[in-house]
Amino acid sequence: MSVMVVFEQRSGELNRVSYEALTAGQKISQAYGVPLFIALAGAKLDALAQQAASHGAEKIFLVEHDLLEIYTPEAYTAGLEQLIRSVQPKVVIFPHTYQVRDYAPKLAAHFSTLLISDVIDIKKDSDSPVFVRQLFQGKLHADVRPSGEIAFVSVQAGAFRTAEPAGRSAPVEKFAVQLNPNQIRSKPEKPFREAQRSVDLSAAERIVAVGRGIKERENLRVVEELAAALHAELAASRPICDNGWLPMERQIGSSGQTVAPKLYVAVGISGAIQHLVGMKGSKTVVAINKDESAPIFEAADYGIVGDLFEVVPALIKEIQKTNN
Amino acid sequence: MKIAVSIKQVPARDSALRVDPGGKWLDESDLAYEMNEPDAYALEEALQLKEKLGGEVLVLCAGTERAQQTIREALAKGADRAIHVETQPGALFDPLVTARLLAKAVESEQPDLILTGLQSDDAGYGETGVLMADVLGYAHATIVMEVEAQAGSVRVKRELEDGWFQHVSLPLPAVLTIQSGIKKLRYATLMGIKKARTKEIKSLKADQLGIDLRPALLLDRIYTPERVKQSQIFSGDAQTAAHQLVEKLRFEARVL
Repeated sequence: MSVMVVFEQRSGELNRVSYEALTAGQKISQAYGVPLFIALAGAKLDALAQQAASHGAEKIFLVEHDLLEIYTPEAYTAGLEQLIRSVQPKVVIFPHTYQVRDYAPKLAAHFSTLLISDVIDIKKDSDSPVFVRQLFQGKLHADVRPSGEIAFVSVQAGAFRTAEPAGRSAPVEKFAVQLNPNQIRSKPEKPFREAQRSVDLSAAERIVAVGRGIKERENLRVVEELAAALHAELAASRPICDNGWLPMERQIGSSGQTVAPKLYVAVGISGAIQHLVGMKGSKTVVAINKDESAPIFEAADYGIVGDLFEVVPALIKEIQKTNN
Repeated sequence: MKIAVSIKQVPARDSALRVDPGGKWLDESDLAYEMNEPDAYALEEALQLKEKLGGEVLVLCAGTERAQQTIREALAKGADRAIHVETQPGALFDPLVTARLLAKAVESEQPDLILTGLQSDDAGYGETGVLMADVLGYAHATIVMEVEAQAGSVRVKRELEDGWFQHVSLPLPAVLTIQSGIKKLRYATLMGIKKARTKEIKSLKADQLGIDLRPALLLDRIYTPERVKQSQIFSGDAQTAAHQLVEKLRFEARVL
């Protein structure tokens, strides 16, 4: 039995969530006293292999091939499948990134199992680790375990700490894979970024962010007033920007901006993980939401459970009192 | 173009969720249900593609008898017909089994495209689309923002992380998982609702499709998470709560 952590790289850089997946792998490796391997797929990986190797695994496997230079789900699945069949780890761990979401379910299915996706914790049980996942955007948790010989697991960004470099360097082994260009049907073009942002929320000291709870575009006025009273920038969760109620550049979260203000006031935001990753560095978090089980309260220092249309005006009044 | 859209019925957003005494799923007794929101965007994309290119939109749904209500909603919005893979209450909780069932149900239809939401709002595995593609041997792309259909192929804009995007071309048939929010959702019209009553829903029993229904994962239990962070929560009347909060922000957190 062994544990394999699959690192992610994009154009010569390791995705830092890889080191969080490594911590998850170390946890299992230590709990069951089994060796830990790191796998890395791509082309010309020598420099990255050295970086990965400094983190103290038993061995680093490089899955190198020209057809892996640019990511496609077909080539990544085929390449890693060959490695996994050869090494036969009991648990394969990935960072839960957009890329992993694109191919890891397919890879797991080739071993007749399901990727245990977006895992936030791992518990030790006598014969098998138990993986904790979120349901309903974090309102409930589920404990699951694989039913077969092998488990594929992706871990949520921020759920495990970042693994530190170890004092020793792991040996690197190149694993030869057979890939055929005919297997690869998707033709990716060069990644691009949309127009530069004109609003940089990352420097804001105070942010008032609004979510679905606001219900109507016309209701935005009340949060604008709150932002004005606090001298704060106005921001939003994704659905508000998708609706065009606020510009995309004011979106906080995994597909928007990452912020770390001194004060973050979340109004009518339930706190899906995609939002939380964008604001969890905030110093003081206030949540206003009518649903006391909303995950945003888990991220909040202070919370008010109540109707935002009553709470926010009352809050504005209180703040104005202190401003005067 | 023949487009299949795979949709799921999930508990309505903002539902009060209670775990049932068995600890394996929800107490469903007074839950309301709706179409999984990401799937609603997949349906919208399919309807707009059909309006542009002609063809047919076929709804695919695995779920209990209750899911018929969500299927009718999709038909009322303009889908042409539906295949319902009917499951036993509480029996299904595994995207791999679901993907195999849906693939089996749709295979003989030979769709050009299968669209589905990027994930479900309940279990949230985010895998059914990719798995259907694998079972059917179709190409796939995930987290798709735009779809341009061409002769025999499709070019899509995928969302990557940190504000990056990428165009990818795929040969047909293909499965696409659609990002939420990419188009404005339509409402069903009265005429649409009326028409939907006469549209065909083909019902297949999940246990008669020759698929192994045993889940790939074992579910120990589901539960309400314990709060890890010590947050101070104020409830009660808005005035008092607002006053208490401002006091705390001024004198404890010192951010005002």
